[in-house]
Amino acid sequence: MTTMTATNKPLLEIRGLAARVAEKPILRGIDLTIRPGEVHAIMGPNGSGKSTLAGVLSGRPSFEVTAGSVLYDGNDLLALKPEERAREGVFLAFQYPVEIPGVTNNYFFKAALNALRKHRGQDPLDAMDFLALSREKMKIVGMKPEMMSRAVNEGFSGGEKKRNEVLQMLLLEPRLAILDETDSGLDIDALRVVANGVNHLRSAGRAMLVITHYQRLLEYIVPDFVHVLADGRIAHSGGKELALELEAKGYGWLEKEPPAAAVAAR
Amino acid sequence: MSALATANTRLLALCDAASARGDALAALRRAGREAFAASGLPETSREEWRYTSLAALAAQEFALANAAAPRVVGAGAELISLRESPSAAPALGDLIDLKLHPLAALATALLDDGILIRVPAGATIAEPIRLAFVSSSSERPGLSTPRVRIEAGRGSRVAIVQEHTSSGARGTHFTNAISEVVVGANAHVELTLVQRENDDTFHASNTAVRLARDARFTSRVVTLGGRLTRNDLAVVLAEEGAECALDGLYLGTGERVVDNHSLVDHAVPHGTSRQLYKGVLAGSSRGVFRGRVIVRPGAQKTNASQSNPNLLLADGAEIDSKPQLEIYADDVKCSHGTAIGRLDENALFYLRSRALDEREARALLTQGFAAQVLNVLPSEALRDALSAEFAQRVSGEVRA
Repeated sequence: MTTMTATNKPLLEIRGLAARVAEKPILRGIDLTIRPGEVHAIMGPNGSGKSTLAGVLSGRPSFEVTAGSVLYDGNDLLALKPEERAREGVFLAFQYPVEIPGVTNNYFFKAALNALRKHRGQDPLDAMDFLALSREKMKIVGMKPEMMSRAVNEGFSGGEKKRNEVLQMLLLEPRLAILDETDSGLDIDALRVVANGVNHLRSAGRAMLVITHYQRLLEYIVPDFVHVLADGRIAHSGGKELALELEAKGYGWLEKEPPAAAVAAR
Repeated sequence: MSALATANTRLLALCDAASARGDALAALRRAGREAFAASGLPETSREEWRYTSLAALAAQEFALANAAAPRVVGAGAELISLRESPSAAPALGDLIDLKLHPLAALATALLDDGILIRVPAGATIAEPIRLAFVSSSSERPGLSTPRVRIEAGRGSRVAIVQEHTSSGARGTHFTNAISEVVVGANAHVELTLVQRENDDTFHASNTAVRLARDARFTSRVVTLGGRLTRNDLAVVLAEEGAECALDGLYLGTGERVVDNHSLVDHAVPHGTSRQLYKGVLAGSSRGVFRGRVIVRPGAQKTNASQSNPNLLLADGAEIDSKPQLEIYADDVKCSHGTAIGRLDENALFYLRSRALDEREARALLTQGFAAQVLNVLPSEALRDALSAEFAQRVSGEVRA
């Protein structure tokens, strides 16, 4: 897949990206290029900036970009509001999915999908068509139909919340999917289901940025590239073997010697 | 003369005209007139009226507009005109102390007719009974005094929806309503009071409820319209094992004022009460919630809770929330809480990251906040209609 897409135009080009949260610098110069069809994993210790990167790419208002640029499909991503990014095909699976009392999954997901369809110049789906579509996607992540009439994430278990994120991803069919620690807190069965949902979406036109703390997820979602984030920078990049090495040795040694599987950070 | 004093003189003249009729309700009207003559319109110096001024109401010159009887949809219960049934009259008014409630005194003094709903013992009324009151005005602002008395016999069950609307989008009117509810032993009454009159309307409602042994009462007070709305709801748990659940939803937009006063009186042991009043305040509207819970001496094993969360959608909006627990027994479980907040930024971002624009996201979160009350309304048609009206009214208020 890597060789096939090597000549592709990049979908995402991050150059010298720096950002801070509440005056505190978190990202200190990220460079990363992602092409259609590729799956990139970002690993790194707590506090290295993984979730900040996800937040900056999806437009979370509390994050302030202080330097650098992000081109998405050749256009300035940072100039877009969160909803505009979503309409252009950027999707963030939240590390901590938000509970929305009083709003059903069904209502929310249908509103979201129809907002996207409107942007693409398509007619909105009616209730029946949406029901059929959501049933089909729910099967992939092993969710029962009655979950659609429950309030968004309210009272959901950790695993149910993560499935609900992947369900939204399946419905919205993004071009760039960012998964922010979607594996954290999942038992192995839930992890398999979630990974299956993600793999279902892998295609030549779609790219994924998988942020994780654990190598375990990458056994199920096999990445094309692995990057190690440390102190707001990509310290090392490599192939999927890098994840295994990290798992074996932890993150502590990174600063002392480059891992054998790593190539120079791009 | 102050504005209120001038208004009092005008209103008493209306009372005198009304009392000229000698029907079965004459004695009741006289009692109302006497009480109103003594109190007049309440001033803000009275604790119960501290946050709500009636100056704008006092500036109006009302004419009686009681002509239109409510449209009643429902079957299974006895529906009796109060004027035509003198036998019903003696008990009327026994639940409200007119000396403490000036507007109820005025409504009583002007009483033209009303409706008595009697549910026979053991009867279950399958469909909600709907009472639709339409307020209207002609050359002068109209004043109407809708009156409902509900008597639910032992072990009966009934849901009643009392809905107030306006005949036109504009036009000043004063709706001054009284509802009395007597819930017999082991009976269950659900009363939904919907206020969706136009934004020129003054609306006062006084609902008084008495619960017998093991009786249940469920109240929903939904205020979407009106220029100034004041809802008084008082429930007396008069015998053991009684239970009430009082839900409220009020929406303030523009310059509107919505004032809810509730009083739950635990007179005896083993009573349960729960209150949830949710407020959404936009523009430069103002909300008032004063929730009193009294646990009388000896009312042991009382379980009372009260919650008043409010959502402020604009900097100019305001809420005065005052929970008031008066507990004179020592073996009770009572809780209360008030919350005043804005829309959750994290939730807003979540919705926006799913392609909804900021306005839609704000409107949707606000609807979600209200849904907890709207979703438990007694019929699907009513839920849908009020949810749609709430959404429509809110969508004009949220800004990106």
